[in-house]
Amino acid sequence: MRLVGPLRRAATFWRRSIQARVVVSTLVLSAVVVTLVGWVLMRQITDGLVTSKTNNSVAEATRGAYEAQSRLEGAPGTEFDSAAQLAQLVAGIVARGDVQGYDVILDGPVAGTSEGGASASGGTFNSPDVLTTSVPDRLRDIVETTPGTSWTYTTLAYEQGSGRPDVPAVVVGSQVEVPSDGGTYTLYYLFPMTDEAETLGLVRRALLTGGALLLLLVGGLTWLVTRQVVTPVRMARRVAERLASGRLEERMQVRGDDDIARLGTSFNQMAASLQKQIRQLEELSRVQRRFVSDVSHELRTPLTTVRMAGDVLHDARDRFDPVTARAAELLQKELDRFELLLTDLLEISRFDAGAAVLHLEDVNLVDLAHRVAESTMPLAERRGTRVVVRDPGKPCVAEVDARRVERIVRNLVTNAVDHAEGRDIEILVAADSQSTALAVRDHGVGLREGQAQMVFNRFWRADPARARSTGGTGLGLAISLEDAHLHGGWLQAWGEPGRGAQFRLTLPRRAGDPLTMSPLPLVPADARRRRAPRPTPHDERAGLP
Amino acid sequence: MAEPGNRGRVLVVDDDAALSEMLTIVLRNEGFEPRVCPTGDQALADFRDFRPDLVLLDLMLPGKDGIDVCREIRAESGVPIVMLTAKSDTIDVVVGLESGADDYVAKPFKPKELVARIRARVRRHDDAGPETLTIGDLTIDVAGHQVTRGEERISLTPLEFDLLVCLARKPWQVFTREVLLEQVWGYRHAADTRLVNVHVQRLRSKVEHDPENPEIVLTVRGVGYKAGAS
Repeated sequence: MRLVGPLRRAATFWRRSIQARVVVSTLVLSAVVVTLVGWVLMRQITDGLVTSKTNNSVAEATRGAYEAQSRLEGAPGTEFDSAAQLAQLVAGIVARGDVQGYDVILDGPVAGTSEGGASASGGTFNSPDVLTTSVPDRLRDIVETTPGTSWTYTTLAYEQGSGRPDVPAVVVGSQVEVPSDGGTYTLYYLFPMTDEAETLGLVRRALLTGGALLLLLVGGLTWLVTRQVVTPVRMARRVAERLASGRLEERMQVRGDDDIARLGTSFNQMAASLQKQIRQLEELSRVQRRFVSDVSHELRTPLTTVRMAGDVLHDARDRFDPVTARAAELLQKELDRFELLLTDLLEISRFDAGAAVLHLEDVNLVDLAHRVAESTMPLAERRGTRVVVRDPGKPCVAEVDARRVERIVRNLVTNAVDHAEGRDIEILVAADSQSTALAVRDHGVGLREGQAQMVFNRFWRADPARARSTGGTGLGLAISLEDAHLHGGWLQAWGEPGRGAQFRLTLPRRAGDPLTMSPLPLVPADARRRRAPRPTPHDERAGLP
Repeated sequence: MAEPGNRGRVLVVDDDAALSEMLTIVLRNEGFEPRVCPTGDQALADFRDFRPDLVLLDLMLPGKDGIDVCREIRAESGVPIVMLTAKSDTIDVVVGLESGADDYVAKPFKPKELVARIRARVRRHDDAGPETLTIGDLTIDVAGHQVTRGEERISLTPLEFDLLVCLARKPWQVFTREVLLEQVWGYRHAADTRLVNVHVQRLRSKVEHDPENPEIVLTVRGVGYKAGAS
């Protein structure tokens, strides 16, 4: 599922912020506890209130019923109008109920108890507006069949027009016998629980408010406490980031003497020790760099003099005797080698010092390949071989330092000439949307297993007994590898004994882009066809930094 | 061996006695008349006294350094100056070129290379007949080695003059830096294109109304330079 912007931001914030997570989880837990406590309190208060109300109501009703019964029995025997008698009785109770806050319903007579007198005028005698349906049928059944007092909960309903809302109530019923007609009537006392409901509402509101405030307090407290812990952690992160980006003088602020302050102190000690060591290493590296550079430069002036003297001798060798003339020739040749070596050493020292810089421009590697092939032709001809450019027929342009790439290719080609055994050397060029590649293939002695990585080592020789003919310094491939890395490129080697070797240079099309694959295979197609492919120990990673 | 002195006088400013002596031998062999000056402080006096056709200048000198010497000589003369440097890749080269040197040779150099550099700088355009070129609002009198804007004469060093003439002769052509190196400096194969960049800047500072928005020597991005419309 794709998250939309704000949601994604919220998710990120949640993942990143300890503070948010702690505050929210504390709030959730507190809310659960507060709700539980509130619920239990509410239950107990409700139970208490209702029980006491019920007890009071039952006692009141029992007393009222008893009084009513005794009033009826105490009436003079001349009284025969049971209806009037009942009405009088109920009026008394209703009047008292009005004052004490209850309603009364007189029902009856119970079937089969009256001799008809009251039934003519009979029916019910109630408090005003009260609906008789307020008494549940179940209670009615029980009261009508069992003597004594019974009670239950109900909803007290009033006439529509009275404008009084329904209220929960306790209804207590008991039988009364009317001596005048011998009927058994049921007398119901309805005690509305308005006060209790109000009390409960008040308690509920109080609990809700209290709970909300408590949650707010807990949330705020947690926020404050985590902030105290998280703030130094965040500060440490920022300082660590600055240290990592090279601002070694950055330190944390330390206040007080607590755990956080000790963290800061330790952090600062670590930073100081790192800074000291880095400074030392920098100083050491600077001194070494200076030394190598100074040595190379100091060598140059005397070398120039020697070089010129050698040239003068060389030019005049016709006038020397043969031995001296040969000595002059050797001097000249070795001076060339010495000079090359010095140049290469200086170049390597520049890489080691990190002082090498790229001068980038768009270069067509096809043109460059032709240029190198042309310039190395005399050397190749001397060794009885040819350098052939397999032209891809389209330009392969990359943003590179032309001088360095040309040097890489020239090094690869002269290296190939050295080992080609007189067979043709091919230069292949290819490009895709992200990268360009150039490979130099020879069909000479090839490389033994494990040698493909070692060819890039400084002063490494495949066969120490084998003489160098082209007069390489032994640093050419090492410099080429450094040059390739400087471009963010790869320089890799493949080789098999007797099958020749291939060196592949892969460069990103735009300087700084990462490389993912090369447009040319490292193992040439003809070498793969002849045998089943198997992973070579010097595959793709050989030239990676 | 050529007759000494008939190719021109060369002042060698270098503190290394052995190299100076070797340079003297080689230059004399090639028909130049050399004189050695071992310190920077003395260089200007020797220059005035000797009136050389070219100065070979080591950048690292005891006392006054090569850059200052170069500036002083350039302040009073357009004589070609070729620097000798042990550090061809450093900012020194650019600073040296900016302070007025025409060319540089990196140590260790081959004598033939050095002589070729020197010859390229002291050669004279003997074949130049009466020829007048225009470039932008400038008029170039090739034989008389003069550049004028209206009535005003603009003073250029021989190298800057050659550069301007080279561009003005073929106003329709875009010159790559490599071609300019070959035609103006006499390099046969690829060399340091910083030479061209620095000298185009120097030329612009003298001939352009506003060197930031050149109208005489135009840059063609990614290719090189060409002459502005006349």
